[in-house]
Order: sequence, then structure tokens, then C-alpha cells
Amino acid sequence: MSEGTLYDKVWEEHTVSELPTGQTQLFCGLHLIHEVTSPQAFGMLQERDLEVAYPERTHATVDHIVPTSDQSRPFQDDAAEEMMSELEQNVRDAGINFSDPTSGDQGIVHVIGPEQGLTQPGMTIVCGDSHTSTHGAFGALAFGIGTSQIRDVLATQTVAMEKKKVRKIEVTGELGPGVEAKDVVLEIIRRLGTEGGVGYVYEYAGEAIENLDMEGRMSICNMSIEGGARAGYVNPDETTYEWLKQTDYFQENPEKFDECKPYWESIRSDEDAEYDDVVTIDGSELEPVVTWGTTPGQGVGITEPIPAPEDLPEEKQDTARMSQEHMGVEPGETMEGYEIDVAFLGSCTNARMPDLRRAAEVVKGRQVADSVRAMVVPGSQRVKAAAEAEGLDEVFEEAGFEWREAGCSMCLGMNEDQLEGDEASASSSNRNFIGRQGSKDGKTVLMNPRMVAAAAVTGHVTDVRDLKEVTEA
Amino acid sequence: MTDEIPEIDSASGTGVPIRGNDIDTDQIIPARFMKVVTFDGLGEFAFFDKRYDEHDDPKDHPMNEPHFQEASIMVVNANFGCGSSREHAPQALMRWGIDAIIGESFAEIFAGNCLALGIPTVTADTETIVELQEWVDENPDADIDVDVENETVTYGEKTVDVTVDDAQRKALTEGVWDTTALMKSNADAVAEKAAALPYVDD
Repeated sequence: MSEGTLYDKVWEEHTVSELPTGQTQLFCGLHLIHEVTSPQAFGMLQERDLEVAYPERTHATVDHIVPTSDQSRPFQDDAAEEMMSELEQNVRDAGINFSDPTSGDQGIVHVIGPEQGLTQPGMTIVCGDSHTSTHGAFGALAFGIGTSQIRDVLATQTVAMEKKKVRKIEVTGELGPGVEAKDVVLEIIRRLGTEGGVGYVYEYAGEAIENLDMEGRMSICNMSIEGGARAGYVNPDETTYEWLKQTDYFQENPEKFDECKPYWESIRSDEDAEYDDVVTIDGSELEPVVTWGTTPGQGVGITEPIPAPEDLPEEKQDTARMSQEHMGVEPGETMEGYEIDVAFLGSCTNARMPDLRRAAEVVKGRQVADSVRAMVVPGSQRVKAAAEAEGLDEVFEEAGFEWREAGCSMCLGMNEDQLEGDEASASSSNRNFIGRQGSKDGKTVLMNPRMVAAAAVTGHVTDVRDLKEVTEA
Repeated sequence: MTDEIPEIDSASGTGVPIRGNDIDTDQIIPARFMKVVTFDGLGEFAFFDKRYDEHDDPKDHPMNEPHFQEASIMVVNANFGCGSSREHAPQALMRWGIDAIIGESFAEIFAGNCLALGIPTVTADTETIVELQEWVDENPDADIDVDVENETVTYGEKTVDVTVDDAQRKALTEGVWDTTALMKSNADAVAEKAAALPYVDD
């Protein structure tokens, strides 16, 4: 069993009791809710005549169903409007803070938490959303929960959990030009598999991780769940503290920063911490990674050939065959040149300021290919406003991108933004499951934001590193 | 709140095999069916895009087969339920009629969500599962008994060992899988814990 890791320490700090099942009753420092997975939980509370125990420790936003074009009320989609109204009613009744679209603070739940300083190191953070692992970037223990567990958290501010093992993933060296956090995590999932992390929490460490900005760390922690790990984290450091200082919470409560800092320092994994497993990846060897299949583990370096199913481990072969048929790709070829119809720059993985800035650099002075429908969906209203202040909206719009309102959008196709028929999409999101982007015949190629920008302008999957050279020549 | 939580020692019924590794929650319940504020009626949308074509006409899928309509034990392969945390996925399966799932392995959040609904997710090796899936195909009307307490599955003349996660087994067999009331009873300890945390405002 692990010892002296951040996970062990934060777990210990939040343990309320040992349940008869052997599970631990864990206090939840922050509970984030959204419109899709919470209404049934509020319904269950009502049925049991229970109240929200700690409303001040829950924060709401609306992201999954919110339209990204016209957000005026009532929403055009009746079902979306009903979900929104239900959430409004629930948070009003319980006295829960709500970053709604009129606040200027609305956005994807995993973007707004860090933005507002709700997300802090050494916290336990839960949300009815598997990408809650994102918040681990701050050294929090953050994981997705189901609706019955949301009921538990609303009623008790605690959750029943089993302690997991800890795997340290050390990414050494310096990432090469054009290689981003997204490529690191796609590589991790490709190597360890989509179920490799089941039963584990991932600690991301090493020079390549430490050198990432907070947004990069969030991209990595975000996709822990795609590797089967319910949570992933990075130990807090100066980069983390610099971010925290800028947030609303610590701007408004500067004394809390000094008060909490010793705690943050204390929960960092010890130098001699023991791990259940350690994996090392040489970050300097990586290149941009794109997916060729229909699970996030089916990735390949942009210059590498797509593997033949028979060359994969036996248990992966059937899925690989089915995936390659669905995607229309051939083993032996690279993904470069794979034609796309849609370019989607958004999601809780990659829709923060640095993501948009880097993509805009690629887009600047170029035009979206005629055959491509391209859109930028900022992660939050604040990201959108900040990007507009820098003129990024104009860069994207001049190139032919649509510049949308904040939300989950085409990452999961719960609003109007969906693939149609067998369209193929270059997407900065996190899942390439069949049907994920709204059409069951749709095809998703996951990649980093600059790669999405490159695909948008060329009309096919492109090595962004080559594109750059062409411009400079 | 005072309702007794049932002890679930076992589950019995006919089976339905759902083959394939990495079957994700988007397949189990496509996101467009989650635009609802209750779980009622989700059963008919379980595996919808696998079961119906673009004209909503049934496709070749075990859950469309007349002889599997009464099934309550689902037999699946590896990493079943990966992807999102949506409880809509096990809710849809439960409302379709599933009481227990036997598989090679399960994604963690999915298994936790099943437990919260009192649905056992028991595991066995690939060979055992494949054999059971073939048996279910040949014997769609015969019962499978999942013994949670003793960690066995019995079908036909055969009893095989399976694994039930310790906490899951205790929670199910002792009737503590619905944790709200249990955890609520520790409210004082929760308040103490909250007060002791440096980041919680007084």
C-alpha cells in the first residue's frame, strides 16, 4: 500500500468514519453540480424528506445542455429549458451558489471551479461528472460520482469510498516543439490502456509535468478517467500558488492564502513516499498524438503507422478491428491526411486561455478549408471575455471559425452542436466513443488544440509542426 | 428514510450476453436520452444506437431478441461501463430488467453506481465469461444464479467461482448499499471534521 503520498494524506485528513462495508466515509470539501446529473438527486432528497446539509460547500453551473449560439430564455430546446429551470429551482430552494449564464461566470464545471478559486490544493472535490479528475491539477483529490452519491453528498457532505492504490507516472525530460499536455496524456492512456488505471489514482510527476502551466496540468488530470483512473493529481507548487492568488476567492480573502499554504505544503507527497506502482515515460521522445479509433487508448504518434489489430494484445484486437472499420482507417498508414468535416475546439480538456491562444497562433493569417465547419467553444464566459479582450475572437472569425458561447457543446452532443451523419471531426475533447459527438456514424479524432487548428485549415489531420515550417519558408 | 434497505445475497434469472470490451456509457445510454430530470422510462433507451437504426427499426442485437426479453442477468466482457459517471447507464439497464451483471471487469464509477442501486457487478476470467456467454446463447430460458455471499455463479450443472469486491459484498449482503442514512447518522463527526479542515471557513 502507498504511504506518504498526497493521496494518503488528503484521504486521511478527510476521513470521517470507517463504514461497516469497509468503505471510508469521506468529507467532501467542494461539491460541484450541473444540470444533467443533479436533478434526480434533489428528487431523491425530497422523497426522503432530507435537506442539503452544507449548501455553502456546493456550487452549481449549467454546461452540458446550454446552447452555445442563442442563450436567451426560454431555451429553444424544451428539454434543455426544463433542465435549466429545474436546476434554478433546486439551487434557489437549497441556497446554493449558481454561476448561471447571466452572471458572466458560467462555464464548464471543470473550468469555472479553478477559475473562481473554488478548487484548492488538499481538498476533496466531487461532482457528478467523470472529468472531475481535472481538479487534481491543483493537488486536490477529485473524482466523479454518480447521482445516488450526489444524493449522499447533498444530504451529508460525505461520500462512501474505497481507498485505491497510487501509481506515480513520471514524465521526464522536456517536451519537444509542438508537443503538449494533451499528447502526454494520450500517450499515457495508449501505453497503460483504458482500463490500466482501474483501482488506481494517478500521481503525475517529473520535469515535463512540473514545467506545465496549470491549464496543461488540468488537461492531463482531466483525462485520467479515460485511462481508467478515477482521480489523478499533481503535487501543488509555486505554479499552483501563483494561479490561486489570482482567483476570486483569494483576492477576496488574501489572509486565507497564508492560512492555507502550510496545509498545501504539508499534503505534498513526501520525497520518500511509497507507491504501489511507478511508470516512467520519456517526455522528450513524444510527438503529437492523435487517435485512430473509438477509444481514447487507440492513439498513435502523428508520424507513426496505425497498428494492425493482429499486432495488438489479443484482448484489444476485436475492438481495434471494429474501431478501424468505423473510422475507415487502414493499418500501416498514418493518420496524417485523414479528411475531416468538422473542427471542434472546446471541452473541459482544452478550452482555456492558453489552449485558445496557441490555436489562434496557428490559425492567424489562414483560412478554414472550404469543406470544414469549424467552431471555437470557450470553456467559460470568463475565458470567452479574456479571449475577446486579446482579439482572439477576431483571429478565429476572420479565418472562418464560429465563435460560440461557453458550454460542453460538441464534446458530447447534448445541445444543438452535433456531428451529422458520418462526419469526421478533429476534436480537442476527451472521448472518441462511437456516437459521442451526437451522431452514431460520426467519427472523432482526438488531438491537441493546435492540431485541431491545423486540421481546420488544411481539411485533414495534419502535423502542426510541418505547417509551421511551411509558413516560415 | 426509515425504509429497510434490502439485503441482496443473490440474484437469479435468465441471462443476456453483451459482447465486447470497452463498452462505454455513451453506448449504454446515448447522451441525447439524458435530457430528462428523472430516471423514469430510461429502460427503453438502453443501448439504443446499438439496437435501432436511423429509422428506429430494430437491428441485430441480443436485447432485441424475443428470447432475451425476460433476462435479468447480463454477461459482459472487459472494462464494461467505461467513460462517464452518468448513473443513467445502470439506471437504464436496471429499468430494462437487469438485476446483476457478470463480467471480466468493470469501470470503477460504473460499478459504484451499480452498487448504489443494489446491482451486483461480479467478475470472472475471460474463459469463464466466454463460456457463460455461449451457454446463455444456447440456453436463453435457463436460470443463472449469482450467489453474492459465496462468490459463485451457477448455471446448468455448473458452479463457477467469481469475485465480488469485498466492500460491495458486505454492502449488498448486509443491506448497507444505500449509504445515505448510515452516513447521515455520523453528522456530528462530519461537523467536527469540517471544522478541523484549514480551508473551511468558520
